[in-house]
Amino acid sequence: MFKIMKKIHLAPQVFQYLLHAPDIAKKALPGQFIIIRLDETGERIPITISNSDPIQGTLTIFVQAVGKTSLEMSLMHAGDFILDVVGPLGNPTQIDLFGTVVLIGGGFGIAAIHPITRALTQAGNKTIAVLGARTKELVILEKEMLNAATKVHVVTDDESYGTKGLVTDTLKMLIEKKKPIDRIIAIGPLIMMKSVADLTRPYKIPTLVSMNPIMIDGTGMCGACRVTVGGEMKFACVDGPEFDGHAVDFEGLLNRLKTYIPEEIEAREKYLNDAGEKCRLAEVSQIYG
Amino acid sequence: MKKDTQRNKAPRIPSPEQEPEERRKNFHEVSLGYTPAMAQLEASRCIQCKKPKCVMGCPVRVGIPDFIKQVSEGNFLAAARIIKESNALPAVTGRVCPQEDQCEKHCVIGIKGEPLAIGKLERFVADYERTHSEVKTIETLPSTGKKVAIIGAGPAGLAAAGDLAKLGHEVVIFEALHKPGGVLFYGIPEFRLPKEILEAELDYLKRLGIEIKVNYVIGKIKTLDELINEDGFNAIFIGTGAGLPYFLDIPGENLNGVYSANEFLTRINLMHAWEFPVFDTPIHHHKTFAVIGGGNTALDAARTALRLPTTEKVMLVYRRSRDELPARLEEIKHAEAEGIEFHYLASPTEIKGSNGWVSEIICQKMELVGTDTSGRKHPQPVKGSTFPLKTDAVIIALGSGVNPLIAKSASDLQTDSHGHIELADPDINLTSRPGVFAGGDIVTGAATVISAMGAGKKAAEGIHKYVMNYEI
Repeated sequence: MFKIMKKIHLAPQVFQYLLHAPDIAKKALPGQFIIIRLDETGERIPITISNSDPIQGTLTIFVQAVGKTSLEMSLMHAGDFILDVVGPLGNPTQIDLFGTVVLIGGGFGIAAIHPITRALTQAGNKTIAVLGARTKELVILEKEMLNAATKVHVVTDDESYGTKGLVTDTLKMLIEKKKPIDRIIAIGPLIMMKSVADLTRPYKIPTLVSMNPIMIDGTGMCGACRVTVGGEMKFACVDGPEFDGHAVDFEGLLNRLKTYIPEEIEAREKYLNDAGEKCRLAEVSQIYG
Repeated sequence: MKKDTQRNKAPRIPSPEQEPEERRKNFHEVSLGYTPAMAQLEASRCIQCKKPKCVMGCPVRVGIPDFIKQVSEGNFLAAARIIKESNALPAVTGRVCPQEDQCEKHCVIGIKGEPLAIGKLERFVADYERTHSEVKTIETLPSTGKKVAIIGAGPAGLAAAGDLAKLGHEVVIFEALHKPGGVLFYGIPEFRLPKEILEAELDYLKRLGIEIKVNYVIGKIKTLDELINEDGFNAIFIGTGAGLPYFLDIPGENLNGVYSANEFLTRINLMHAWEFPVFDTPIHHHKTFAVIGGGNTALDAARTALRLPTTEKVMLVYRRSRDELPARLEEIKHAEAEGIEFHYLASPTEIKGSNGWVSEIICQKMELVGTDTSGRKHPQPVKGSTFPLKTDAVIIALGSGVNPLIAKSASDLQTDSHGHIELADPDINLTSRPGVFAGGDIVTGAATVISAMGAGKKAAEGIHKYVMNYEI
């Protein structure tokens, strides 16, 4: 059992949790993830580790309440327990002195890009962060990113904050400045990562993307998280989660992510119906309001 | 019972089963097991060989004639104690061992007639003990003060743990998943090995004083060095199994509706997907399945698929013929009776889809020519003989490679080119690293539950000598 030490409602649909998991906290590195299972009937879901504090024995994670499990989690509070937490899984991000690194976080992906940015800055890199979201409220962790990165650009789809446009517009502007960019790391919706990779390919700038496919065990056993990279089958859990964005078969992944959409909708609807009273609580009505 | 010298010539007592029409709609156990009277009658067929060959056929050397004698005399609890001296999980092995290739293959009365039903008797004894008495734990020896870490709560690790605990060592098992049992939990389905029985066997191990820590991925959360230097373990046993599923490497494997057998079975067995949405993990509602492969896992997947509510047809595609199927004979017969459609001498060359989902597989006809390195008949494509099979799901059950997690985190552990851990001393299952032992699929590649248990037991002997500083 793993205790929720703290919960913050950060933005619409976005919640931040501090979990007590001392053994994992000792080992977690930027880029790694955990798998959680809320209770005996729960599913196993992978979640990026956004911060770890080996002294306090805690992990920081962010959850976007969209499916049944994340909705259920959005109704849990400090003091509640999560049945299973396993990790740290996946390979850590390579942290070296590269020179200038552009870090792109799309929406909820900002939570994943933050610890990587901080580590790369500490390693002496010039880090330029590009944070993109649909609207102002969804630009999470801006203050933390300002502390972690050398420079931060914010873009929103609806121009409610920062520059209007997409993260790729800002990235294109940065590339066209002709100042060398040694590496790009993009984490966010699959379609955003694909656009970033398509943009940087002609410039031959090494571009890493982080995959979050369907996954069960997270240790290589099930093969559900397979991704084609450069024509070869890779498992995101043991070979990734980061891969060369120029070699990833995004089309195949986009298709595989659709596998359980009908079941995800069914589970969510059922949960909202069954939870009845609870779901009239402010947080959920806000999500679906 | 009156002595009947002709009993050995009588046919074997058949074990009752759920009727095929009934069982193909449920997940309850297929084989119902002997009644006490049936067990006694079957046991009375044993001729009590002076040099029992059956024991030599058993990877863990169960005292077969001794326990059979007790069964024939109606002393079922005494029989249970004899089995447990060498086998900590008899209710499991009685159900999943390929007895026809092991103990029963060597049974002398099997030369002229049917061999003794050793597996069914072992199962009966274990079930009888569980349901008729407070299961007695074998007495453990006084504490040695030595600590042993077991990595992986599958058959190899559980067997090693059981033996080490009996010898008085403190044993901690680290399991990556949220439930212990390894393939016994996530792989073998309920209708062949009810979870309740596995839980009871695990409970027995816990009562020997073994601690099981779930959600611990050794290699990630802790290294071997840390287990030894920081946590004070005197020795380590690695029994992490063959955990990386093979795919076919043919076009279309990333289409939706293609599963590894591991994924499919894990969704059902570990995550209860057939009870979705009561349980959160789904499995898509398919009508037709094509299972590729011919081992026990392939048959487990096929028969599990058949039991899902929307399934209309399940095909099994195997590149050799029925005689070469590596699965247990009993499972093959069960699958046939349940209506699995077997397509022999066929090998898939492509999976075709529409709208991103599987629609059919293209197969190549095969013929058997000569023998290959494994001693089996070699399948060879028949030119210009491809044919389609309509299906909306494909389950690939071609076995598993080695899970790389531990070896990756311990550079001084020698592995072969496939990633199997190499043994420096195969007699005691010692690896290239002092104090670190290994056994089961991680060493041999995918094999059987009982061979992994045998390796676990052998390693336990080695570990005992090592931690006690006995001469190895």
